[in-house]
This record gives sequence, C-alpha cells and structure tokens, in this order.
Amino acid sequence: MLDTLQRIGAFTLDTLSSLGRASLFLVQVIAGIKSTLLRPRLLLRELYSVGVLSLLIIIFSAIFVGMVLSLLGYVTLVDFGAESSLGVLVSLSLIRELGPVLSALLFSGRAGSALTAEIGLMKATEQLASMEMMAVDPIHRIVTPRFLAGCISLPLLSVIFMSLGIYAGYLVGSVWLGVDEGSFWSQMQSKVEFGYDVINGVIKSMVFAFVVTWIAVFQGYNAMPTSEGVSRATTNSVVYSALAVLALDFILTAIMFVK
Amino acid sequence: MSESFISIRDLHFSRGKRQIFSGVSLDIPAGKITAIMGPSGTGKTTLLRLVGGQLKPSQGSLSVQGLQIPELNRKQLYQARKRMGMLFQSGALLTDLSVFENIAFPIREHFDFPESMIRDIVLMKLELVGLRGARGLMPAELSGGMARRVALARAIVLDPVLMMYDEPFTGLDPVTLGTIVSLIRELNESLGLTSVVVSHDIHETFSIADHVCILAEGKVAAAGSPEELLNSDSAFVQQFVQGKPDGPMPFHYPAPDFSQDLMQGADSQC
Ligand SMILES: Nc1ncnc2c1ncn2[C@@H]1O[C@H](COP(=O)(O)OP(=O)(O)O)[C@@H](O)[C@H]1O
Ligand SMILES: [Mg+2]
Repeated sequence: MLDTLQRIGAFTLDTLSSLGRASLFLVQVIAGIKSTLLRPRLLLRELYSVGVLSLLIIIFSAIFVGMVLSLLGYVTLVDFGAESSLGVLVSLSLIRELGPVLSALLFSGRAGSALTAEIGLMKATEQLASMEMMAVDPIHRIVTPRFLAGCISLPLLSVIFMSLGIYAGYLVGSVWLGVDEGSFWSQMQSKVEFGYDVINGVIKSMVFAFVVTWIAVFQGYNAMPTSEGVSRATTNSVVYSALAVLALDFILTAIMFVK
Repeated sequence: MSESFISIRDLHFSRGKRQIFSGVSLDIPAGKITAIMGPSGTGKTTLLRLVGGQLKPSQGSLSVQGLQIPELNRKQLYQARKRMGMLFQSGALLTDLSVFENIAFPIREHFDFPESMIRDIVLMKLELVGLRGARGLMPAELSGGMARRVALARAIVLDPVLMMYDEPFTGLDPVTLGTIVSLIRELNESLGLTSVVVSHDIHETFSIADHVCILAEGKVAAAGSPEELLNSDSAFVQQFVQGKPDGPMPFHYPAPDFSQDLMQGADSQC
C-alpha cells in the first residue's frame, strides 16, 4: 500500500519535472524564432523535409478516407432517401474531425518520428555538444527551424487532406454511385460555414501541429545519448503525440462544435 | 612554472547521486601542453565540459584567463567559447555537411565573410591537417583518423587560444596516431596555443605533455612533469604509469564477496 503510494508519488513528480523541462525547452525554442526567420534558407530546407516529404502519405490517405466515407455515407443515407446530403456528411466529417486528426497522426508517424530520431542521433554523436562549443546555440540552429517547419506544414497538409478527401468523396458519390452532382455541392455549400467549420478545423490542426512538433523535438533533444535511448525517444514521440492529439481533439470538439 | 591559463579550485560536481569530482584543484599553464589522465569513467570528459561551460559545478571555482566560467551569462559564455577549440572523442562532425562545409560552419555562423575568404581560410586549415584533397567528401566517407583530423581543422578554424582534446589517441592506426601526436605538438607551438589533452594512453601522452595531472576518485591524485611522475615513489602513480592490474587502484568495481554472491544463486534479484 505504502509502496504503491510511493510509486504514484514518484511517477507524479517525474511527470511534473518532465513537463517543466519541456516548457523551459519550448521557451528557448521560441526565443530562436527571430534568428530563424532571418535565415529563411534554413527554414525552407526543413519545410521541404518535414512538409513536402509528408505530402505523399497525406494525399494517399486523404483519397482513400474520402472514398470510404462517401461509400459508407451513401449506404446509410440512401435508406432514408437522404443521399443528396452526402456532400454535407463527407465534408463536415473531413473538415471538423478526420482531416485535422488523421493528418496529425500521419504527420507524427512520418515527420515527427524522423525529427526525434534526427535530433536524438545528433545528440548521441555529440554534434549538438560540438555546436555548443563552437558558440552556436543548437536549440536555435537545429531545433527552432524544425519546430517552425512542423507548425507551418501540418495545417497546410490538413487543408490538403480535407480538400482531396472531399473531392474523392465526390468522385465516389456522384460519378460512381450517381448522387446528383448539383445537390452534392449545393447542399455542402449551404451547410458548411467557412467562418465556423473550416476555421475551427484549421485551428484544430494548428493546435495539433504545435503539440506534435513540440513533443517530437523535445523527445529528440531530451533523449538518452545512446542507440537505445534514441529508439525509445522515437517510440515515445509517436505514442505521446497520438495520445495528445486524441485527447486534445475531444476537448477542442467539445469547445468548438457543441452548442 | 609560467602563469596559469586555467585555474581550478576545490571543484565539486555530481551526476545524480554520483559524486564525480570532490575537490579538484589544478592549474593549467599558458602556452604549454597539459595532460589530464586517469582511468575511464573518472570524469575527464566531464572536466573538459566544465571548462567549456557546458556543465556547471556545484561548488568551487573554475577560471579561464581570469574569467569565472560558471558565473558568466549566456552571451559572455558564448563569447568565451569562440576562443576555445574542442576536439570531441567521436569527432562530432555534422553529418549532413561536407568536409568543406563542416570547417566553414563556425565561420558562416559567426561572421559575414565573403565566399572567397571563407574558402581561403578553410583550405588553409585543411592543408594544415593534410586533407585539402578531401574537402568534397561527406563525413560518412571518412576513416576514423581522417574524421578526427577534419574535426581538428574545424576546432582551430576560429583561431582559438585554448585547444582541448578529448581522447585524441584512441582507436587510431599507428601512422595516423603519429600524425595526430605531431599535429598537437606543432599546433601548440606554431599557433601559440594552450593545449589540454585528455587521455589514458601513457606512452603518447607522456611524449608530448609538459605537465601531467592524474585524476582518480574525484581528486587530483598526482601532478607534475612526465619525468617526475615516472620517477615518483607513490605506489598509485607507479601502478598507473606502468599499467599494472594490481595495486592501490582496484580493477574490480565495488562488489560483495564473490563466493557469497555465487552462493546466493537464483533467490537474489540480480
Ligand atoms: N550524460 C550523463 N549522464 C549521467 N552520467 C554520466 C553522463 N555522462 C557521463 N556520466 C558519468 O560520469 C562519469 C564520468 O564520465 P566521463 O567524464 O565521460 O569519464 P571519462 O571521460 O573520464 O571516461 C562516468 O561514470 C559516466 O558514467
Ligand atoms: Mg571520456
């Protein structure tokens, strides 16, 4: 009994101190934003490796998710003779929920894990320490550009996910299953509000981008400098990101879409 | 002895519960090569990191050219580090940059020099370590000895006044080893550096060091010129210098009695 209490206490202290370190780290990362913006080439390079290289998996998943959504939606709606609302169903699901959440999960697996492993390995091979000794701040030089690139890329990727998903849903719904094209788009137009649904969906993905990238760079920077440590940090990065995204999604959905 | 370049007094440092230094005091003379020696895990690398300000001591003072390193703020510390060069045990080259760009890295980060000038500086340093022809290679394409020489060129590219070498002799073939030994000597003389060499290789270290400090169990166990140490009558120094397995310095990590340990068998946890 006492043992259990003690373990819970130790665990709580551990978690709190990690959170504290992660917050301090975040402050240092943010302090480097100005110097990163003054060197756009560093940022562009990271935008390419974090953002552009994640495009393929985002495009591929968006198309399939859009198609499946449309197919299942049709099967359900057609029973009520409501298949003209298919456009609304597909677009609202993608914009409010699936676009931001799935892009964030895919992004953490594709780009977040790579960021963690890269930074962790740079630490394990003393590259970060050697930068410090060359009077170059490794947080500003290495971490901040990657952090910014993640925060910029994921919302854009989510928007791409939403648009492609909706288009794939349209192809399956109207072109294949024969839902009237006019009502597919016009119902969508009248029911989806840009200022409410789209903006909130994008805000969701901005929050996810911030959290996922933060977890990824912190796990890398905080990794034990051994091969085992880097591998554990990479796993943690993906697992914690997924948990954080799903939990935050629930909270954000409750705030944004429940009246 | 000439005036001291680095002066360490009663330095304490611990990692978690483990006390690594408990009252180290030593002086590193200017313009000389000083060797810091000691068995693996005594904290030689840690000492260099303390000098570079990457770690902070829990107690004691550490000054480089009169500057109290632990008390500097971030900006002053970075300023001080520009005058220090450090050769890391692993070389620590940036793996995504070519040899040329690795050496140009500190210049590009700190100065706005024109490209032609950067090129001149980099080629000069590469020539010094004999690798001008390897400028286009990536770090993954270098042998261990070459990587260490490139790292050496990078460490001196900002013309430091203090050079620190972490285990520069380990894992090298005899020819490269000879080159590194003479490079350290030559650089120290031609550039007027103060050098600190961390090592546990008695032979190479004694051949170039002017002054040697031996660390053991968190303290300076012995210090002096190589000759003084070779002729020392302390049992510990003799054991270390001659590499004998038995003596005051135990070969075994502290452990319970061996036969008892074996008898305990499967009931014990580890
Ligand atoms: N990052 C670290 N975290 C915890 N302990 C460390 C770390 N780095 C080194 N140590 C411990 O500090 C001691 C001294 O290490 P080090 O300075 O690397 O020794 P040396 O260079 O003399 O072999 C070692 O026992 C090592 O286990
Ligand atoms: Mg070491």
